[in-house]
Amino acid sequence: MSITVETYPTLREAASAMRDGTRFLGGGTMVVRGLNFGAQTYDRVVRSTDAALRDIRSDGTGLHIGAGVTMAQIMQTASTDFLAPVARAVGGPAVRNMATVGGNLFARAPYGDFGTALLALDATVQMADGQSLAIETFYAHRAGSRGLVAAVTVPRPASGAFRFAKITRTRPKGASLLCIAAHLPGGTRISGARLAFGAMGPTPLRAKEAEAALDGAALDPAGIQRALDTCLNGLDPQDDALASAWYRRAVAPVHLRRLLLGEET
Amino acid sequence: MPKTPIRFTLNGAETGVFANSGANLLDVLRREAGDLTPKQGCAQGGCGACSVMIDGELHLACLTLAETAEGRRIDTVASLETGARLHPLQKAFAEGFAAQCGFCSPGMIMAAKALLDTTPNPTREQVAEAISGNLCRCTGYEPIINAILTAAAELRGRGAA
Repeated sequence: MSITVETYPTLREAASAMRDGTRFLGGGTMVVRGLNFGAQTYDRVVRSTDAALRDIRSDGTGLHIGAGVTMAQIMQTASTDFLAPVARAVGGPAVRNMATVGGNLFARAPYGDFGTALLALDATVQMADGQSLAIETFYAHRAGSRGLVAAVTVPRPASGAFRFAKITRTRPKGASLLCIAAHLPGGTRISGARLAFGAMGPTPLRAKEAEAALDGAALDPAGIQRALDTCLNGLDPQDDALASAWYRRAVAPVHLRRLLLGEET
Repeated sequence: MPKTPIRFTLNGAETGVFANSGANLLDVLRREAGDLTPKQGCAQGGCGACSVMIDGELHLACLTLAETAEGRRIDTVASLETGARLHPLQKAFAEGFAAQCGFCSPGMIMAAKALLDTTPNPTREQVAEAISGNLCRCTGYEPIINAILTAAAELRGRGAA
């Protein structure tokens, strides 16, 4: 298949060049991988050199992270320190120099750890056409989306209120059997918890019954029990080469317990 | 198939190639530019055998669209030695049995160089993390980690001299 590559100076121009059979190139870890195997459904690649894609800045409500920001950039930037453990969990050093925040939103399970964290943090996805989507809405419609992501905005969590665990078979690098991101505001009595699971469905998914079960709870064995009992509701894990859906269901509550109690995961 | 002209600096030399549109940088380095040091293992970002530096930053050549290398500085393991004189990393790999079949070595050494460029005195854990994207099926990694620590010590000694 003959491939066409087009480069645009602004994201807006790149967005208007998108059509069927076209993929936007971020860091290349998914799009070029597809080209290498020749079975991809696209023969046209659009990219943009827009410097705004690499912006990280703080504004009134939180952080603005450009879609082209890499995992390595997240790890090196002081204002994104709470996301550094998540970025560090993605790939090895070379992948982290390439893989982007925007691309991670389109990664299929078992990939997409960073998006899982953004889901737990109630991030907003800013599309190139100016539309803003709650990240949960973005994920619900991702399969049919033709829009380009320009940036995400992330409210900064209170210190210590955000936790993340990635469960892999190999360390330090391996794809997720599952990952869990938890935003636990409220200190001693949790209020407005968010629990997001990665690799437990086609996109990262929230465990909403477990979130509700944590309302007013203390992070002790009795306080979290109902959340553990309900955390699988709404999740939809799949079999893959790393783990079966059965195994993922069996171990997810165990890892959630460890994360909520602050034990080693 | 349409060809795209691409210019970059390869191991210090101005280089121009005509690449198949949509080709990855690894193919272009090996087939068009004639640098056979970066290897193709998995072609999907899992093995690190194609690791090269782009503008001083470790990247996987197999997942880099060749067009994006325009105007950039590409360094492969071939950039390290000067004539017959090996770089301390190459020397430590050879002397410490850190290479057996040798297929992973070009990528492994570039991953190690990326670490030592920013962290001249790494811990064992930092070395393990730095090569975590590079697979070796021969050595069991211990000789590689030891070789990188040996090379780091030699490079620090040179800096002090």
